[in-house]
Amino acid sequence: MNCNKAIKEICRYLDGELDEGLKTTLETHLTYCNHCSAVYDSTRKTIQLYCDGKVFSLPDEVHTRLHDALKRKLQRGV
Amino acid sequence: MTEQPQATLSRDEGQLVSEAKAGNYAAFEELVNRYEKKIYRLGMNITGNREDAEDVLQDAFLKAFEHLPDFREDSRFYTWITRIAVNEALMKLRKRRSSREVTMEDSEDENGDVQVREFADWKPNPEQQFAQSELEQILQTAVGSLSPGFRTVFYLRDVEGLSTEETAEMLNLSVGAVKARLFRARLRLREELSKTFKRG
Repeated sequence: MNCNKAIKEICRYLDGELDEGLKTTLETHLTYCNHCSAVYDSTRKTIQLYCDGKVFSLPDEVHTRLHDALKRKLQRGV
Repeated sequence: MTEQPQATLSRDEGQLVSEAKAGNYAAFEELVNRYEKKIYRLGMNITGNREDAEDVLQDAFLKAFEHLPDFREDSRFYTWITRIAVNEALMKLRKRRSSREVTMEDSEDENGDVQVREFADWKPNPEQQFAQSELEQILQTAVGSLSPGFRTVFYLRDVEGLSTEETAEMLNLSVGAVKARLFRARLRLREELSKTFKRG
């Protein structure tokens, strides 16, 4: 497997979509190719960073303004 | 502190919707409390901007409140509010870039090669090297560099964990288009972040 093919399959590998044969071939490639291994690790890390609940947390004042806006709408009648 | 009964802590979503439809505002408020963080994060991920994310959050829940009687309950409330919020976020982007049409139909081919320009290893634990506000700014800038179609797919698939099929249905895209966009979005985001997180 060359690097171009490996990069294309990393996405499907992350999603658990590769069949056993392709998965083994990719995993073998990742053990000896530092470049592709770095791309795999950092892609996985990218997803983790965006999934972290602490990032883009809801500020208290935004919560308050949302609930105030809803109450105003309720008082005016929907 | 007295522990609340489990039934109160995790009331059934369908029950809350029924009560809200019957005019119980507290029930609607509980639905808002349950999903406001996710919808705000959706707004941040799609618009890449705090002010727009707050507008998306407010407009989506105000619209849901107004149109609750029309909600047919053939999907989860969360799916419904997510769909409303995605539309609000894309509309926000269209207004912001009035000279450029923003649609889900980006003119990207689905099978073309991707040039990976940045192969560097990342420093360990980048999230520990930056204050939360700095990290938020870095992630916001990176996601803002993606086209709306890409970042919406990335958000729904990777952050929200929707399946490829659900994402395709929500955005009126083919399954192949969702897969291609997810692939490109992940690599481009990684590349943007690598500029900051790569080793020495």
